[in-house]
Amino acid sequence: MKLSIERATLLRAVSQAQSVVERRNTIPILANVLIEAEGDTVSFRATDLDIEVVDRAPAQVERAGATTVSAVTLHEIVRKLPDGALVSLTEDGAAGRLTVQAGRSTFQLATLPREDFPVMTATEYAANFSCAAPVLRRLFDKSKFAISTEETRYYLNGVYFHVSEGENGPVLRAVATDGHRLARIDAPLPDGAQEMPGVIVPRKTVGELRKLLDDDEAQIAVSVSETKIRFATPEITLTSKVIDGTFPDYTRVIPMGNTRLMEVDASDFAKAVDRVATVSSERSRAVKMQLDEDRLVLSVNAPDAGNAEEELAVAYGDEKLEIGFNAKYLLEIASQVDRENAVFLFSSPAEPTLMREGSDTSAIYVVMPMRV
Amino acid sequence: MPALCRDCLTSFETGTRCPACRSPRVTAHPELFDLSIAHMDCDAFYASVEKRDNPELRDKPVIIGGGKRGVVSTACYIARIKGVRSAMPMFKALKLCPEAVVVKGRMEVYSEVSRQIRQMMEDMTPAIEPLSLDEAFLDLTGTQRLHGQPPAIMLARLVKRIQAELGITGSIGLSHNKFLAKMASDLDKPRGFSVIGKAETLDFLEARPVGVIWGLGDAGQRALADAGIRTIADLRRWERDALADRFGSQGLRLYDLARGIDHRRVARDRAVKSISNETTFSDDIADVSLLDGHIWRLSEKLSDRAKAKGLAGRTVTLKLKRNDFRLLTRRVTLPDGTQIADRIYRTARGLFDRMDHPKPYRLIGVGISDLLPAAEADREGDLLDPQEAARIAAEQATDKIRAKFGAEAILKGRALR
Repeated sequence: MKLSIERATLLRAVSQAQSVVERRNTIPILANVLIEAEGDTVSFRATDLDIEVVDRAPAQVERAGATTVSAVTLHEIVRKLPDGALVSLTEDGAAGRLTVQAGRSTFQLATLPREDFPVMTATEYAANFSCAAPVLRRLFDKSKFAISTEETRYYLNGVYFHVSEGENGPVLRAVATDGHRLARIDAPLPDGAQEMPGVIVPRKTVGELRKLLDDDEAQIAVSVSETKIRFATPEITLTSKVIDGTFPDYTRVIPMGNTRLMEVDASDFAKAVDRVATVSSERSRAVKMQLDEDRLVLSVNAPDAGNAEEELAVAYGDEKLEIGFNAKYLLEIASQVDRENAVFLFSSPAEPTLMREGSDTSAIYVVMPMRV
Repeated sequence: MPALCRDCLTSFETGTRCPACRSPRVTAHPELFDLSIAHMDCDAFYASVEKRDNPELRDKPVIIGGGKRGVVSTACYIARIKGVRSAMPMFKALKLCPEAVVVKGRMEVYSEVSRQIRQMMEDMTPAIEPLSLDEAFLDLTGTQRLHGQPPAIMLARLVKRIQAELGITGSIGLSHNKFLAKMASDLDKPRGFSVIGKAETLDFLEARPVGVIWGLGDAGQRALADAGIRTIADLRRWERDALADRFGSQGLRLYDLARGIDHRRVARDRAVKSISNETTFSDDIADVSLLDGHIWRLSEKLSDRAKAKGLAGRTVTLKLKRNDFRLLTRRVTLPDGTQIADRIYRTARGLFDRMDHPKPYRLIGVGISDLLPAAEADREGDLLDPQEAARIAAEQATDKIRAKFGAEAILKGRALR
């Protein structure tokens, strides 16, 4: 194999691939990236056995071929090369070395045979559809904060990506929860997605996917089967296993009958919560909300550390209410609101509270109160 | 030389017998009434409790330990004459002393007696550092004005009182720091009272093997032996920097200890970092429902201890030892802390279910760590488990019933598996 490629192009391709590679590996080949050159394209393939990324880039290929080298080392080298450099990659099969050469710098990297590289098996996908990058970005960005890290509830360690029935017909929906808060985000159902099986997209995949979604104009090809999901742009293909488990029936935990409505400027609210929580030294800081006619008093009482109180003007017309929440959860859901006011719908101090942005029901959040 | 009769607590100046009661149980030492750091160690504690509660055992060799393949946790002095020692495998102990009566330990009783002893210590000083159920450091510095008696007399009174009221004997080590006090209590067991004064500290340590240093295990001793250090005198020949270079911060500690210097304070209630319970089975268990019963009982025990201390844990750990002695531990961190048996059990069971099964196990343990005050735990409900709040309420009601009518008053069916 012998090829030349522009440094910036190479860096972009390799950095996407290397981020999939686990830092601590017991299987040496998994630390490597598979480089395949053919025609006028070079591709970089990396995997942790659950996720596989293939990144293609244009290159001048003099001699087709394939080999594997350490993903992290290759990435570091390319990163440190001067901008605008032309990089050549030459494989010397006999010596088991890949020569990376740019300007006056020459590196020789140990290789492992390409045959040892585990390539993810092909799958028959049940649904293939195309979705604009900003739509997917919204679905995952607004839901991922609620993903559980509790390994015993592995079926919550991802975003449940599925087709559901929204208020105005079928929707593409992302749901995540850790049992304390829940996010449910809807998007119009793209053509061809109707047959998509519901899948739980693992947390790491959600993170890797994010890098494909920065371009507002991009269309992402999505393919879904019972066991795998694939997101593809012309350059990058991200294939991931999905979590083998059943996502709980979240619909029954979304309170539909909450009537006590409070409307507040989300940013003012978040800042006030953050301020009063400062005095608490607890691991999970509890904030008490006291609601009365158009008035919200946020308070924290930490016997050892001190106490704090702040009053906010809100729209609230129901009877008096005292309810406590984990400050972190309140901040997280309040930060999801971009344009309008945050609307909270309460029931009782012991039952889940619902939050949405204005009257928009395409993104709703549920948070469990906390005893204060 | 100041002397003290441990039977009638008379202090006097000369003689090997008490001038008041003629008892030979006399402790005499030039610094006797100047020293105030003590270590109290009960004599064959578990065995003594068993002999107290069952007089038939009094003149028989008694070994406390669990199951046919357990180890000796305590041997009474009669059994010790035959060579039985703590931590010895049971089969070996029984070979040495076939006539021994093996008693399965009753931990609840021992901890109750321990609590009573602790209570008596509290009457003397607030500075108590328990090392286990049957031993503790006491710092009596500055208590002479309060009690009108020097520490030595108060300590002699303590062991006398423990023997009179609880039927347990103990030995006292009195010195000027913890390291030496702990060594002293071991010099004259049982029913001993030994003193290591400042003046004799260096001579006393000189010829002793490094193994007497508390906290220095086999590995530590081997590391020292590799450097040619076998006795404290060997250790003293090393420069401070050389020890630090070779053994790190441990080396600096050894440098001081070899000179009888130990600045550690008697720390009341060292902060608890974790709480755990484990059990070794008499026969390996592979049956999931039997293991499940153990997970529940351990979780419940753990929860009881956490509740008693007012603590909760964010991390739940499950520990399993396979029959090939491989130890497996799995842990998970909860978003909030818990001290509720039901939550600990469900979490531990969740960890168990994520392992490959079934395999025979010889030991199972459950623990919590990353501790926080109970008031800050179990405050967040679970959206996906609406019954959880009800189960927690049921457990708290159960706790109240037990507090009133005893631990057996109400049980979960699961506990009987």
